[in-house]
Parts: sequence; structure tokens; C-alpha cells
Amino acid sequence: MALPFLSIPANIITNITESRLFGILWESLPRLLSYGIRVTVPLTIVSFILALLISVVVAMIQYADVKILRQICRFYIWVIRGTPLLVQLYLVFYGLPSVGITLDALPTAILVFGFNEGAYMAETMRGALQSVSVGQVEAGYCVGLNYIQIMWHIVLPQAFRTAFPALSNSLISMLKGTSMAATITVMEMFRQAQVINGRVYESLGLYTEVALIYLLFCTLLTWLQHKGEKKLASFGGTKK
Amino acid sequence: MMLKIRDVHKRFENTDVLKGIDLDVEKGDVVAILGPSGSGKTTFLRCVNFLERADKGTINFDGITVDMPTATKQMIHTLRKKTAFVFQNYNLFQNKTVLQNVTLGLTAGLHMNKAEARDIAEDALRRVGMADKLTSYPVQLSGGQQQRVAIARGLASSPEIIYFDEPTSALDPELIGEVLAVMRRLAEEGMTMLVVTHEMEFARSVSSRVLFMEGGYVIESGPTAEFFQHPKTQRSQEFIHSLLSARE
Repeated sequence: MALPFLSIPANIITNITESRLFGILWESLPRLLSYGIRVTVPLTIVSFILALLISVVVAMIQYADVKILRQICRFYIWVIRGTPLLVQLYLVFYGLPSVGITLDALPTAILVFGFNEGAYMAETMRGALQSVSVGQVEAGYCVGLNYIQIMWHIVLPQAFRTAFPALSNSLISMLKGTSMAATITVMEMFRQAQVINGRVYESLGLYTEVALIYLLFCTLLTWLQHKGEKKLASFGGTKK
Repeated sequence: MMLKIRDVHKRFENTDVLKGIDLDVEKGDVVAILGPSGSGKTTFLRCVNFLERADKGTINFDGITVDMPTATKQMIHTLRKKTAFVFQNYNLFQNKTVLQNVTLGLTAGLHMNKAEARDIAEDALRRVGMADKLTSYPVQLSGGQQQRVAIARGLASSPEIIYFDEPTSALDPELIGEVLAVMRRLAEEGMTMLVVTHEMEFARSVSSRVLFMEGGYVIESGPTAEFFQHPKTQRSQEFIHSLLSARE
């Protein structure tokens, strides 16, 4: 079992049990948690709401086949899905100031995360809208509803239910993705870990710690998703 | 004459599905639209309620004449408020309870207040024997129960006519009876109905008139008794004969 490229120092056990590392991790925990709760979570929520709004509008424009707007939506999805998130962040934060558009780091992060995930979620929503049977719409017209009422009362709620697991995926992915905001100077949880590490040089310990906090947050979201799916299961799909 | 439909044509791709259909419906009539599969019966019914856009034809409803290919959204909306449509596969709103399925059209479509809508809906559901399932969702009901709720949804808006598009074709054989019983009662109460159906016994005993279609044409149209006892055309004779012999 010789792994020549993986050299584990003989003193690893003593290193880990060394009280200095534990002290650092213990002391940085409330600080990391606080940045997680005060910055990472709100950044995720606001960006996600923005993404959700964008995705619903973009999906509905395509569903209703609004002529020119539809082309614009396809273009938006094509560009956003075809370029890396990191590049988009850099472009807006470091690139746009040279043409006179200067945004603060946090608003930049919210906009980029929102528009980025919005493109993926728009496709999720479009698929979900198309999965609602035409008969539901026809029945809506036949009982005297107009298009907007049919969308609001019948099609959107059913599409949302179908899209819920995939949207939850997007939310979880976005929560982790907010760590990229560190690259454009947003003081969020991961950036905090970097800052602390800059002083104490405990990369393994600190990045493990921050990873575990992300894992904790995502576990909470997974639990919420489970709750939500149970609630939505009361109509359609699963028989009681 | 309550409903006067003239010269309806409809073409899908390269196929002429309807080649000039006429139909008159008097108040209180129950018209059975019969014919072999692919004869255009369902398409005709869907054109009459503008679920498909006819390429040619006029419809006169209570004195209002509408050109079918060019009717405006507003005009279609006005006509639909006087009618109800019952689908082959029920099309109950999956995200709504039984009660909400019936009230939605009343509150959102006809701008009734909630209490009034609820009263009317409960009454309509009582008439189809579904008043004990108000809070159930469609997936929790059998096909027959769903179709009865769909009929109640149609009844609730007090339509002048109800269109039925093969209302029992998707049902298990043992569930057909309960739906036909509801329809039979409606007919007895004087409801005007236009029914696309394969249920010969129902057509024979309930309908007042028959429209027999094949290949996009009306082959024969007339009072039910006459159609079944003395069919005028060779084709109707064959059709009736084949159905009766299939039954044995």
C-alpha cells in the first residue's frame, strides 16, 4: 500500500491533538458561523428570490410564446449557461467599471448569482410548465377563466410542484456557490476562513471547519426540501 | 332555436376532418353525436366550444351569430359562459380540492363571492352525489367520481347547454353506470345536452335526437326513435347493425 505521491508526516497524530489547532478552530467557529448566518444565508436567500422571479418570467414568456421576448430569453439562457460563473463575477465587478458601471461587491454578487442560477431555473420551470397537461388549460377556459387566471390558479401551482425538487437543488447549489463571492471581496463565510487562515496558517483545519458548516447549512435545506415535498404531495402524483 | 351551427369545416395538416357539419339544437334537446372512430365527432364538439378553431362555419347561440374562424377572444369568452364542457379524461384541476374545482369558475370566472359560490357548488355536488368528498383531491377519487365532479363543475355555472365529449370512454366498465345515471337525470330535468358517445343504449334511451357522422360528413340526422328503428341510409343501418351484433 505504498503511495509515493501521498506522503503523510509521521507526526500527524501529534499535530492534530496539539491544543493550538483546537484552540484556533474553537475560537473561529462563532466567527465563521456568524458570517454564515449574517452574510452567506441572506446572500443566498436574496439571490435565490431574484433567480426565482427571473426564472418564472423567462419560463412564462417561452411558455406563452411571446414572439421577440422569447428570442431574448433564449439568448439570455444561452449566454449565461455557456460562460463560467467565476468569469461572470469578474466581468461585472472588475470589468464593467472601465465602461463607467461600478457596483459594490455585495450587489454585484446578488445580481450575478441571481441571473446565473435564474437561467438554469428558467429551464427547470419551462419543463415543469410544459408538463402540465393541455387539458388543465382547456378546462380552465371552459369554466370561464382567462389566461392569467388559468396560469395563476392552475398551471403555475402544478408546475411549481413538479419543479420543487429541482429548484431545491438550485438553492443548495447556490448556497455553496456564494463562496465564490470571496473572489470579488465580499466578506462572507469562506472569505472569513481565508482571512483567519492568513494569520494562523491552518488550511486543513480551517477549510475542513468551513466545509462542515456549509454541510450543516445544506443539511438543513435538504430537511426543509423534504418537509416541503411532503406538504406538496397532498395533491397530484402520490395517492394517499 | 337555441343553437344553430352551419357548415363547419376543419382541416388538420393534410386531412379534412370536418367537411361541412350543420346542427340545430332546441332548448331541452339531448343530441347524441354518433359515428365510428375518426369520424370527426370530437373535433366537431371541440370546434363548437372553440377548443379547436374551425376553418369555416358559423354558430348562432341565442340569437348571437359568430363567424367561427374569426371570433374574437371576447366573443368566445361570452359564449363559453353560457356553456359547460365535460371532457373524456375529466380534466379536474389537479391542485384543487373537489369543492375548489367547482367554485373556481364561479369566484374567478363569474366574480361571485365565496359564500355564494360555496352554496352553489355544494348544491351542484349534491346533485351528482359527491357532496361527501368536498375536501378530497382528484387523485384520491375513482374515474367515475372524478367525472361526476366534472359534471358538477359544469352545472355550477348554470349553463344553457352542456357539451359532453365521450364522458364514459375513459372509465372502467363498472364505473360507467354512475356517470350515465347522472346524465340521464340531467336530461330528465330538461338540461340541453350535446353528447359525443359510444354508449348506444344511452343514446337510444336518453337522447331526443341523433347526429350520425362519418368521414367528416353528417350521414343522417333526426329524432332518435326514427334513427334506430328506420335508419334512412345504408351506412346508418350497417352502423346500428354492427353495434347491436357486437353486443351479443
